Amino acid sequence: MIRDVNEKAFTTLKNIPFAPAYKHTLVSVNSGFRTEKPVCNRDKCNGCFLCYLYCPDGVISKDGESISINYDYCKGCGICQKICRKDAIHMEKER
Amino acid sequence: MSVNVNTLREDEYFFGHKACAGCGGALAVRIALKVIGPNAIATIPAGCMSAVGFNFPQLCFKNNAIISTFAGTASMMTGIEAGLKALGKKDYKVVGFAGDGGTADIGIQALSGAIDRNDDVLYICYDNEAYMNTGIQKSSLTPFGARTTTTPAGRNIKGNQKVKKNMFEIVAAHGIRYCATASIGYLQDFMNKVEKAASIKGTSYIHVLAPCPTGWGIKTDECVEVAKEVVDCGLWYLAEYEHGTYRLNRRPREFTDVAHYIRRQDRFKHLSDTEIKEITLQRDAKWQLLDKQYFSK
Ligand SMILES: Cc1ncc(C[n+]2csc(CCOP(=O)(O)OP(=O)(O)O)c2C)c(N)n1
Ligand code: SF4
Ligand code: SF4
Ligand code: SF4
Ligand SMILES: [Mg+2]
Repeated sequence: MIRDVNEKAFTTLKNIPFAPAYKHTLVSVNSGFRTEKPVCNRDKCNGCFLCYLYCPDGVISKDGESISINYDYCKGCGICQKICRKDAIHMEKER
Repeated sequence: MSVNVNTLREDEYFFGHKACAGCGGALAVRIALKVIGPNAIATIPAGCMSAVGFNFPQLCFKNNAIISTFAGTASMMTGIEAGLKALGKKDYKVVGFAGDGGTADIGIQALSGAIDRNDDVLYICYDNEAYMNTGIQKSSLTPFGARTTTTPAGRNIKGNQKVKKNMFEIVAAHGIRYCATASIGYLQDFMNKVEKAASIKGTSYIHVLAPCPTGWGIKTDECVEVAKEVVDCGLWYLAEYEHGTYRLNRRPREFTDVAHYIRRQDRFKHLSDTEIKEITLQRDAKWQLLDKQYFSK
């Protein structure tokens, strides 16, 4: 459970929530880091999920038998493309 | 051991962080938190991982997480653990993520104290082999020959003249309940170790090698490859220490070429064949010692 620090004043030890005292917030995206973006060819993908495992940013998620990529937070590092044994991911230049 | 790519929690606990593209340290933190889960209470000292994770209001940890002083990772973990105990909390794991500088240099005293008291905490050192957050200064875990801003490559002295400190052996020598080495190039091995360490009541320590594209001068997509190659060429090893016994998790049948590993990184660009030969000899001597002292073949 995530509670806001302003929700309640903490006066005793027992009052302090066993939860983050702030909200998990993301106010800006990371897509600006990128000069290339990974694109997955679902026909070649065998759903091994190695790319999901090795992405440092955790932006690849399992999507049925294949994957989907959150382009708001992908930084275009290319690790997913290198780790894929099926050659299912290629990098495309961003314009 | 049951954790693998299919059983791993799908939730992300370290997301939206501002680490450079292809950061090995960020991958180590992300995976460890996915293994431990929402009840991890993370303690992160000054260093890249706190710098990229807590840019208020951009807060990137989904679980409880706090920044500690640079030297005080382990002491803060001890305090958090004592506090949780006092409150009667049971289902939690206090985990620390400190860099090589924060661990082997300034934080070693606090870590040693926590191990001595056998506090119930898991300490993870993500080793990117220099003080990256302040602009690539040498730490005692910077390898021989590496160029940093405090060990420049000049005409006479070519980069760092010291060899990497044996942090895993130093921690094991405390008689710690469990400690291990790992690499982000071998994530299954790392996940197994995090799972095991998190289940232990008492202090555990994992030293995970986590390359830094920015400080090492490698391409962002090479980070995982390089982390695998450093194990394959024998300059790093995957091992565990448990109940007083050392175990090697992976013995390369034949080491790959050290020169290939060195040549692909800008931080070693200035090294000649002679120095690379010296690094190869250091590797062989190190393995001889490891085999003699710890891992009987
Ligand atoms: C007592 C103290 N000294 C120095 C600093 C400055 N400082 C902040 S991060 C850092 C480097 C951290 O290096 P490391 O622990 O290897 O982590 P990395 O940045 O490489 O992830 C330094 C020197 C500090 N915050 N506190
Ligand atoms: S390019 Fe990098 S950040 Fe983007 S999905 Fe692939 S591994 Fe993740
Ligand atoms: S690594 Fe390749 S084959 Fe495996 S899930 Fe990712 S895209 Fe598909
Ligand atoms: S400098 Fe290195 S360790 Fe720090 S965020 Fe960038 S890649 Fe990661
Ligand atoms: Mg470091």
